[in-house]
Amino acid sequence: MRGRQSFVMVRRPLPGGARTYGRGMEPSRFSPFSPRFWRSPLRGPWLTSVLGVVLLVGITVLFVTGLLSYAAYNPGLSPVNDKTPDKGVLGFYLFAWPTHPHWLYRLTQGVHVTLGITLIPVLLAKLWSVVPRLFTLPPARSLAHALERLSLLLLVGGGLFEFVTGVLNVQLDYVFPGSFYPLHFYGAWIFFAAFVAHAVLKTPAALRNLRRMREERAEPAEVAEGAEPTGLTAPDPDPATVSRRGALGLVGGGSLLLFATTAGQSSDALRWTALFAPHGRRDPGTGPGGFQINKTAAYAGIRPAETGEDAWRLVVRGRGGTVRLSRAELLDLPLHSAALPIACVEGWSTSDQWWRGVRLRDLAALVGHDGDPPDVLVESLQRHGAFRRAALRANQVADPRSLLALSVNGEDLTPDHGHPARIIVPAAPGVLNTKWVAELTFGDL
Amino acid sequence: MRPRIVIGSPLQLLLLVCSFALAAYAGVRLLDGDWFGVALWVVGAALLHDLVLLPLYAAADRALVKGAGARGRRAVAYVRVPAALSLLLLLVWFPLISGQVAGRYGHATALSSDGYPARWLLVTAALFGGSALLFALRASRRRRATKQRPPADH
Repeated sequence: MRGRQSFVMVRRPLPGGARTYGRGMEPSRFSPFSPRFWRSPLRGPWLTSVLGVVLLVGITVLFVTGLLSYAAYNPGLSPVNDKTPDKGVLGFYLFAWPTHPHWLYRLTQGVHVTLGITLIPVLLAKLWSVVPRLFTLPPARSLAHALERLSLLLLVGGGLFEFVTGVLNVQLDYVFPGSFYPLHFYGAWIFFAAFVAHAVLKTPAALRNLRRMREERAEPAEVAEGAEPTGLTAPDPDPATVSRRGALGLVGGGSLLLFATTAGQSSDALRWTALFAPHGRRDPGTGPGGFQINKTAAYAGIRPAETGEDAWRLVVRGRGGTVRLSRAELLDLPLHSAALPIACVEGWSTSDQWWRGVRLRDLAALVGHDGDPPDVLVESLQRHGAFRRAALRANQVADPRSLLALSVNGEDLTPDHGHPARIIVPAAPGVLNTKWVAELTFGDL
Repeated sequence: MRPRIVIGSPLQLLLLVCSFALAAYAGVRLLDGDWFGVALWVVGAALLHDLVLLPLYAAADRALVKGAGARGRRAVAYVRVPAALSLLLLLVWFPLISGQVAGRYGHATALSSDGYPARWLLVTAALFGGSALLFALRASRRRRATKQRPPADH
């Protein structure tokens, strides 16, 4: 080992070597294009490899759960569910979103958002660890190298874009240039295209570094026999103020802090622990309707005059005709119960709530769809909002736990939870559980 | 003689061309709309991070190390760690902590965002307080250890 290291030393600039050249050479230390500008002793293949492997796994999970969330909206079912009608082949994998297990979306989207937030320190540390590479000279050694560097712009720009739009969206800060759905979806594919190329090019070396580190039980040499220098290790480092293990501990501590103050927003019992998550700390009220709300009745523009017993009628359409039902008439139909959560695309969810109402398939039977419930188009009293109309697939309508809910946890729905009636479907994203339902149109969409 | 263009690994080229093709397919769709705004966000995110955010925190850290000097080196970590964690929370939850979404947030969720800045300050105080306590404990233990050791060991 000693022999190899000393061989390495002569290929690298000697530490402090340029000092002997006199003042004329000193400015190189002030130019980021000089390797001597980068003085942290922490940078090196070891740190970059560890962070890279964590991100390889983490971002893969983010991408898969993101695609699952996209499928959960059933965008292929109806234009009203589809915020990305130009998706083309990017929707190649779409499938009918299941209703089992009933916590499916709660899990996949909770993982997507919580993991994304948890990975932020790892992403920042990874970018920090490779920043000297941004200033590599010559800018390109070959055509392949030039394209790789261009691809890194998509990787870094696309990655930051995904994290930033996600973090802003869960905080309802819609400052990004367009609607969240297409931005985050198409942005994800750009990021993923660059991510796959980067992973294929770099993972073998990262794994080699980690394996060598384990074998040597020490930090690997900067350069393996026959390999090129990585340009990450500072040739002229400052004295260390923290060990690499300590630096990694800080990154892990940052992730742990974000995780511990976010994850609780996916459970009613642990919500108090989520100090900074948007749906953390507290529920908006007490009592049966005191659980988390995505959009209040006031925010959605629902006027009490339209939801009163005299004014509100549910219109149900099907191949057998149209039926109009008052709330009292709905309450006279066979009522069923289901314990289901609200799980939002923003990553938060409630524990199972005890809903009671009329089965969607019973409503389908009322209008001529007996025994073979079709898809349904649901329309809300809401005047604006991306999902004031939403479509549910036949498998969702057929599930005996899919209800037009009239009450929750033993009491009438509150206005903010969709009074007079709302949809609740197992495993469906929150926005498809339409509130303030006005019309149901059964039939193949 | 004209300088020769070096092509590089054909496999690598093929991989990158595939990657660009997919990125372009998605990119055309991403840019359909406010193309300038979106491009600004994607490229701007990379530039803002690499050329502003990173140099800023690196410079702040270097200033901390310089300011502490040789005698204060031991204390650096006790400032760096709580500061980094506190700033991380501020960075991620800035819209809620700064109150810039207070109106929409309160209106939509029926929750109040008033608690966020106070909670952030409290967590920051706890991080620095805990760090100071740890530093004091370790410093006193070190002093005791030095006192007990015979001077010849130094």
